[in-house]
Amino acid sequence: MVWEWIPRNVGVLVELLGEHVMLSLVPVLIGVVVAVPLGWSAHRSASVRAVLIPTSGLLYTIPSLALFVVLPGILGTQVRSPVNVIVALTIYTVALLVRTIADALAAVPSMVVAAATAMGFRPARRFVAVELPLAVPVLIAGLRVATVSNISLVSVGALIGIGGLGGLFTDGYQRNIPSEIVAGIVLVVLLALLADALLLAVGRLTTPWERASRVARRSRA
Amino acid sequence: MKRTSTLLAGAFAGLLLLSACGGGSDPLAPSGSGQAPAASDTIRITSADFPENRLLAEIYAQALENGGVTVERDFGVGAREVYFPGLRDGSWDLVPDYTGVLLQYINADATETAPDAVYTALKNQVPAPLTVLERASAENKDAVVVTAATAQQYGRSLADYGPVCAQLVFGGPPEFQTRPDGLPGIAQTYGCTFKEFRALDTGGPVTVAALADGTVQAANLFTTDPTIEERGFVVLEDPQNNFAAQNVVPLINSAKATPQVTAVLNEVTAKLTTEGLIELNRQLNAPDKPEVDTVAKEWVTANGL
Amino acid sequence: MNLIAEMVAWLTTAEHWTGSGGVPVRLLEHLYYSGLAMLLGLLVAVPVGVAVGHTGRGSFLVVGAANALRALPELGLLILLVLSMGIGLLPVVLALTVLAIPPLLAGTYAGVRNVDRSVVDAARGMGMRESQVLFKVELPNALPLVLGGARSAALQVIATAAVAAYVSYGGLGRYLIDGLRQQDYAQMVAGALLIAVLALVVEAALALLQRAIVSPGLRGGARRSPTVDVARSEHDAPSTQRPPAPELAGVER
Repeated sequence: MVWEWIPRNVGVLVELLGEHVMLSLVPVLIGVVVAVPLGWSAHRSASVRAVLIPTSGLLYTIPSLALFVVLPGILGTQVRSPVNVIVALTIYTVALLVRTIADALAAVPSMVVAAATAMGFRPARRFVAVELPLAVPVLIAGLRVATVSNISLVSVGALIGIGGLGGLFTDGYQRNIPSEIVAGIVLVVLLALLADALLLAVGRLTTPWERASRVARRSRA
Repeated sequence: MKRTSTLLAGAFAGLLLLSACGGGSDPLAPSGSGQAPAASDTIRITSADFPENRLLAEIYAQALENGGVTVERDFGVGAREVYFPGLRDGSWDLVPDYTGVLLQYINADATETAPDAVYTALKNQVPAPLTVLERASAENKDAVVVTAATAQQYGRSLADYGPVCAQLVFGGPPEFQTRPDGLPGIAQTYGCTFKEFRALDTGGPVTVAALADGTVQAANLFTTDPTIEERGFVVLEDPQNNFAAQNVVPLINSAKATPQVTAVLNEVTAKLTTEGLIELNRQLNAPDKPEVDTVAKEWVTANGL
Repeated sequence: MNLIAEMVAWLTTAEHWTGSGGVPVRLLEHLYYSGLAMLLGLLVAVPVGVAVGHTGRGSFLVVGAANALRALPELGLLILLVLSMGIGLLPVVLALTVLAIPPLLAGTYAGVRNVDRSVVDAARGMGMRESQVLFKVELPNALPLVLGGARSAALQVIATAAVAAYVSYGGLGRYLIDGLRQQDYAQMVAGALLIAVLALVVEAALALLQRAIVSPGLRGGARRSPTVDVARSEHDAPSTQRPPAPELAGVER
């Protein structure tokens, strides 16, 4: 195990880390923006739900390498293009989040929704001010899963030349440098855990009422 | 459930129709194609994805930079099947290649095997806008390699193996199955059809390990690979020249082959020998795994380039 | 020539369905690696998940480990094991098993943990011994989430088995990797389709299995996602299509 490889190549590690962060973050951001309205319409309309949910399930089932390979034919991009990885990961994120959001909105107690309507909230304002905040915990849970999943999947893109830290795996394989691969694995896992912890913190911050009920539950137990 | 499945079928059909639209461009064309061409004096160098080729490309790059030429590096893009189309369409300008296999890639029916004959034929048949510069004496051939035990049992020449092959498993890079001097050539020249082909890597650690532990009984390695000697492997003789001469040669876009560039590359070529190449590979493979640019720099400096 | 035509042409070429590189052989290889990994994963994850879910001890460890392992990049793990152990059966099955365990563990743990406490109390109140409570009450009630975990694990394993072709294994991924090296897009797309179809068929088969095995009493009612902390009420409509809980659904592909 040639551990000196790691300090010698810190520059490469940092560069690939940056590329990796970009490739995993952009799909999550786009995914949220696309999934929230879709999830909301799936929640509101049973027929929309009947199309979106199975389609999401279908898309989520397709293995990543297969999707990276098929997208160029559909989108007209090159196989070795970052666009494929970003679009594929966005598809997975949306597929996961649509179901999560629809479920989260369905889990908002109908009494609360009824009360809001009774207080005069219009649907749009009610959604933004009441339903969405209450759905945040589940949304964050879904986001955590989507982000961790994306961070891991980006490395598979190394097989088509766009893999962020995954490039460490293919290079280490070709040149037989196990320490390079270990470095890559460690960085990917750390990045995922960090993102997970950050999202968890964001979730806690945006749902102060959860904190109160958590404290209450703990003192009750 | 029935409504869901009809909606699902509809969605699927829509997706299929959508995919029918994207049939225009070739998805496997290299990523650079369609980009604005580089400034006319910048040379985009690429390489195949095995260490020796990366090293040669890095040597070219450093020698050119030392000669005052601007260089862009994009190494390890894949096998010739990937980089050759990219060179033709201008995505890349220069790559270190090997005469025999390059000739056979361009012309699958080529029969030349001797170094000079191969080089002349290659020079004549390279399609525009590409050209090859001077060839090196350094040679790195594909070879069929077996363990010492196998050689002892069946023989040291491919000519001894004809019918025996049906009992052996062969390992090599995926494209070896379709290349003219790969499995098809071996079958035609020696009547040797292997029991099974296992796609491994390009003469790399996995192939060496698979040969050593018996997962495959014969493998495609490169003659400049230091592990052949280290592991006591035997390179099977090729009396009927299935593998043509494979001298190192720069494949370049003629528009970029200015007198200055040509001079530098020819100087590099003159200094490359087969023993030198084996030594470079040995350095790359050293236990502390030095970086390609470090090894290249040492060589370039030592040779006054 | 567009995508569909190329793919159909490749799929209808007879020689792609015969020999050691043909579709049936690759499919069997793929199922072989995947099946072994699922079996081993079940053998490891289910007892641990049940033990931790039933006793409640070590839950922090289990959830933490499942989360961390889910972040493990499949390509890196495969390559590391191959470089260390060669290209026999062990490295690929080991890698696939390690990746199958997190969803199986999470599903089993969540399933046992989330069995309604009143049901468990009732069982104890009826005089059942602990082992009877476990096998006759908790496990059957945990089945939906356990099977949800199994579905996630199966998809994860099938997806990673496709990637294993990069490190010289067989399976349907071979068409993707070889096609990429030989610049044969038709082969790549045909391979991608085959893999996608396999994943969908397995998912559907497991869904049917879930329908067959899970007790009818558990199917239609208010199944809660373990991660939904929002206040619940009887007026909430249950989902008609029950997706696996978010913590189970997010598995690498």
